[in-house]
Amino acid sequence: MLTKRIVPCLDIKNGRCVKGIQFENIRDAGDPVQLAAWYAEQGADELVFLDITATNEERKTFAALVRDIARHIDIPFTVGGGIGAVADVELLLQAGADKVSVNSSAIRHPQLVEELANRFGSQCVTVAIDTKYTELTGWKVYSRAGTVETEHATIDWAKRVTELGAGEILLTSMNNDGTKAGFALDITGEVARAVSVPVIASGGAGTMQHFADVFHQASADAALAASLFHFRELEIPVLKGFLKEQGVDIRI
Amino acid sequence: MNLVIVDYKAGNVQSVLFALERLGVQATLSCEAEVIKGADKVIFPGVGEASSAMAQLRARNLDKLLPSLEQPFFGVCLGMQLLCQHSEENNTDTLGIIPEKVLRFKTDLKVPHMGWNQLHHLQTPLFEGLQEQEYAYFVHSYYVPLGEHTIAQASYPEPFSAALQYKNFYAAQFHPEKSGPAGSRILQNFLAL
Repeated sequence: MLTKRIVPCLDIKNGRCVKGIQFENIRDAGDPVQLAAWYAEQGADELVFLDITATNEERKTFAALVRDIARHIDIPFTVGGGIGAVADVELLLQAGADKVSVNSSAIRHPQLVEELANRFGSQCVTVAIDTKYTELTGWKVYSRAGTVETEHATIDWAKRVTELGAGEILLTSMNNDGTKAGFALDITGEVARAVSVPVIASGGAGTMQHFADVFHQASADAALAASLFHFRELEIPVLKGFLKEQGVDIRI
Repeated sequence: MNLVIVDYKAGNVQSVLFALERLGVQATLSCEAEVIKGADKVIFPGVGEASSAMAQLRARNLDKLLPSLEQPFFGVCLGMQLLCQHSEENNTDTLGIIPEKVLRFKTDLKVPHMGWNQLHHLQTPLFEGLQEQEYAYFVHSYYVPLGEHTIAQASYPEPFSAALQYKNFYAAQFHPEKSGPAGSRILQNFLAL
């Protein structure tokens, strides 16, 4: 049985983890490699690393870091943040990343998704979608780290990038992100039913029940969280045990 | 041991190289016939699309060389599919080493089949020390049906070949290099063949 995936997400700036991650058993909690290895040991099913640095110089640091991560961890990982061209992706995949995620660049040039899928295969192309609901607009896609509203309705955009060759959708609800009030079950479920590729739900995880809900009610294939895991408000082995009891297919 | 990873610009060779490094084995990356022929063991990774991968192999004359190899050989993911006769992916004639065909998943479930799934009906020393129902990481849209060369199964939802063996050619649909300690054990078992 294919299992649902639990995916910790790490924000990286200039080669270091940001957000004050606190782990007694990690000497340097800002070191992405040590943290990644710890998550792998805890039973994370895969990891996402988002490069939030701004300059090109810092991006070179990120590629070197990806290589270091690939050298040390034995579970799959996705890298994203600021990827704009085929050459960026080639560099990151050659460094050992399993998947890349594209967001704003796909909105600017949808053909990029097709180019990446043709060149590297759909299996390594994740399209990240930041979505926000307002009564006036419904669920709309936002670009540039959620700062700019686009013309795309979320469902239409998810279908379009899938047709272009995306192998996976990482869907973040901006309404839910940071609230710890639960995932956006409605839009996640709609997207998961509308596309034929796996969907990672992101934004809003606060309790173990939230994960059970997004798997059971919204048919998500994976669920992502950041601070909840980083601040050890929720331990992955405990979460996975709970989900198993709730009848979710999970790898323990 | 002289271990060679076939490098034909169609694979995440780095991950395989690193996985072997974690086992304390230094492998050589090569697409040269003499180097590959002289290896004690050969690993053949692959991600991407079948017809362009075959074009890369042909461009290096590896389509002729690989079927003639007699040392233990391990194809991974697309590397396994390329060992078969034909793939439905862009209707591609593949290397024809293992008499099996590669089909597209036809299911209501999500494709690609992506994530951790269980291995069962484990056979051959490749799976020495592993338990039935062990998890491995898969990511693929095409599969090889069960057949006489199947040495491990997984289900999505129907059972399919998670691994194959034909003479000295072993192959896995999943990624042992990304499958945690179980995957490391499988690589170790291959190295011990």
